[in-house]
Amino acid sequence: MSAQGMILQTVASPHARAGESVSVVMLKVVATLVPATVYGFWLFGSPAFWLWLITIAAALVGEAVCLRWAGRDPLPLLKDGSALLTGWLLALSLPPWAPWWIGVVGGLFATTLGKQVFGGLGNNLFNPAMIARIALLVSFPVQMTYWVVPAGAPGLFDGLLITLGQMPVPDAMSSATLLGHAKTDLARGVDLLHTELPGHAFNWVGARVGSLGETSTWLIAAGGVALLAMRIITWHVPVAMLAAIAIPAAIGHAADPARYIDWTTHLMSGGAMLGAFFIATDYVTSPSTRAGQVVFGLGCGLLTWVIRTYGGYPEGVAFAVLLMNALTPAIDRLIKPRVYGRTFGGKPAPLQKGKSK
Amino acid sequence: MGLRELLNGVRWGVHPHDDHKRPAADVPLRVMPLPERLCVPLLQHVGAPALPVVAVGERVLRGQLIAAAQGSVSAPVHAPSSGVISAIGEVTAPHPSGLPFAAITIALDGKDEAGDALAPHADPFSLSPAEVSQRIADAGIVGLGGATFPSAPKAQLGLKLAVHTLIINGGECEPYLSSDDSLMRVRADEVIDGVRILMHATGATKALVGIEDNKPEATAAMRRAAEGFAAIEIRPVPARYPMGSDRQLVQVLTGKEVPSGARTASIGVLVNNVSTCAAIHRAVRAGEPLYRRIVTVNGGAVAQPGNVLAPIGVLIEDLLAFVGLKEAPARLVMGGPMMGIALPHAQVPTVKGCGGILALTANEITDVAPSACIRCGSCVKACPMGLLPLELSAHIQAGEYDKAEAKGLDDCLACGCCAYVCPSHVPLVQSFYHAKGEVWKRAQQKKRTEFTKGLAQARTARLEREARERAEAAARRKAERAAQQAAAAASANTAGGASA
Repeated sequence: MSAQGMILQTVASPHARAGESVSVVMLKVVATLVPATVYGFWLFGSPAFWLWLITIAAALVGEAVCLRWAGRDPLPLLKDGSALLTGWLLALSLPPWAPWWIGVVGGLFATTLGKQVFGGLGNNLFNPAMIARIALLVSFPVQMTYWVVPAGAPGLFDGLLITLGQMPVPDAMSSATLLGHAKTDLARGVDLLHTELPGHAFNWVGARVGSLGETSTWLIAAGGVALLAMRIITWHVPVAMLAAIAIPAAIGHAADPARYIDWTTHLMSGGAMLGAFFIATDYVTSPSTRAGQVVFGLGCGLLTWVIRTYGGYPEGVAFAVLLMNALTPAIDRLIKPRVYGRTFGGKPAPLQKGKSK
Repeated sequence: MGLRELLNGVRWGVHPHDDHKRPAADVPLRVMPLPERLCVPLLQHVGAPALPVVAVGERVLRGQLIAAAQGSVSAPVHAPSSGVISAIGEVTAPHPSGLPFAAITIALDGKDEAGDALAPHADPFSLSPAEVSQRIADAGIVGLGGATFPSAPKAQLGLKLAVHTLIINGGECEPYLSSDDSLMRVRADEVIDGVRILMHATGATKALVGIEDNKPEATAAMRRAAEGFAAIEIRPVPARYPMGSDRQLVQVLTGKEVPSGARTASIGVLVNNVSTCAAIHRAVRAGEPLYRRIVTVNGGAVAQPGNVLAPIGVLIEDLLAFVGLKEAPARLVMGGPMMGIALPHAQVPTVKGCGGILALTANEITDVAPSACIRCGSCVKACPMGLLPLELSAHIQAGEYDKAEAKGLDDCLACGCCAYVCPSHVPLVQSFYHAKGEVWKRAQQKKRTEFTKGLAQARTARLEREARERAEAAARRKAERAAQQAAAAASANTAGGASA
């Protein structure tokens, strides 16, 4: 082999790249969600599976149609896995026995109005899954708060009939979530020391009322730790967010247990874990610096606690994340790392002639 | 911040899983047999190109001066072996553009006859710092870490600014490269002696030698060589790219930061590469000018990768022929994979600053089409300067060069950490190079416009002044004429009066 007569392509450095690509990152995130999802299927039966499938399919269709309209080839861009992840996260936040059209409307909303209208991946201001969840919650409050008691998971075909709305669900099978119970009782003037929670409202193992992402809190948290270990996310957002939920909750509960829910219940309920590890850590809609991420996480956590405690809705993770998403550009503008050799203000650092050590 | 960063306190940069330095680094140093010809470039340094002092057809000997330095920041060039000058003209420069630059081509005769060397000196410490600097200048020594700033003016600057500490760069943080490693293993005594000479030339009282902790053999050899010299400290530093960047190494070794836009000398330190120190030792003690150096030849396409002592100006195709190629390389790189420059072909000569030639296979370069930025912030965590590469790139894409400048484009080292970690494979470094060029072009344009404006203003002022002067002259003449007429009339009147 001789080097004579070779003509080579010349490009700018670097000539080496770390292996990770966007689709690998997305698929790793999806993989960490699998245990929690499978547990949810086991808990709530096949309707949860059908709704999950329909939501993801709708998210992918919405993405593909928009890309085609924009004159781009949808297939390679669908393979980046971002629409799959969006649909998956949305499905985990829905009531498991919600009718099929909730999944369709939500999935389409997430990738079209939540993401593609902003210019597609990397350009959306709000978390697509959360904006779709909020749109559904505001538009269809009955279906979006219809939580089924995890008992007697129906078979595959019966489940499909439930999802398609062809089989009525007896009222006895539905119940409020723990946060919902607490909110209703406080509104009725019953304090938390006298409220009577049904057995399925809270359960440390997770056999309780809620969405797939709420019941499997431990598995979601384990998935989050896996993300940390794989260095896909850093600790800044999750730790800040969970701390900002837990600390005010602990203070409130210590001051007035009749009015404030304790911090462990806060962390184990609603979307706290899913939000802290999978929603608020969304690259696109969170700040890009470490310090900014801490501020963002603290904001998400504190707003979640405030909405849960004083707001009209029993759960506040989705609202809190969207509000902080809106602040992300401002955080990125205000909180910047100090440049080497410059002051925090960006001026060249003053000369200080040091003595020999 | 991960565990490793917590442990070693270095929060920036990247740490490739496989640095590809071994096995090449462990292969004993080979000496390249003389090729048939050498193309020795005239501009191998920062500053003015050297001026040829030989003519075509003239016979030159090893070590003979063939081109002299021009101006204060420049370096002379010497013949690496004996032969006849066959051409003085343009050859392809080691630059992606493939544009030519001037070089002296020597057809070697293979006798390798030595010419009159520079005067060797047994005790350089009896010389004055200025005399040592002169010897460094005469030997054509430039920064061999790749920056290629002439070493003599640098030492003089250090003396003038009274630097107290020399930082000796044995970092060699680029993957694949091991020429400094190889040098420190086999010639540690030369490096340490060079450091001592340089301390004498700059007036520094202390030297810190930073060596990445992935080079235990080099560290041990250097420790042995530095025994008995209390002023020279060998300091292992964490293996983290870009540790070999002067600003980063100064920060890790001294805890101080070099202010933006200032030189390291402004905080009392001067950074020199280990290879430069060895070259200074050879120049001052043995009178050997800089005409050869150790080059790492590495990469997946190379049959026998390793370190080669090669004459400066050897064509890369001859160098590759010596180590052999297993397959056709997909890319040829001069320097390391992170900051090295891609070569258009192999008929390009090496230069003084060239520490490595890489023949990379298609697998090694992994060219992937860029996709949309997902704002993951990996680039922010990797940037050793604390910049926001994603924001700089977004501004540059939008043509907002002034905003990119305001956010620290000038502080960018082009080290490539951001592009290395980017999961979307955004060509970040390329856009920074482009923007720096654009900013420079605009600054030149502005300077030109201001100069033209100045000229136009001067012209207007001159025309106005001339018009004013003309008007004044005319008025003066008119006044004179009126005075004369009045005088004439008055004298006529008196004459008439007298006659009356």
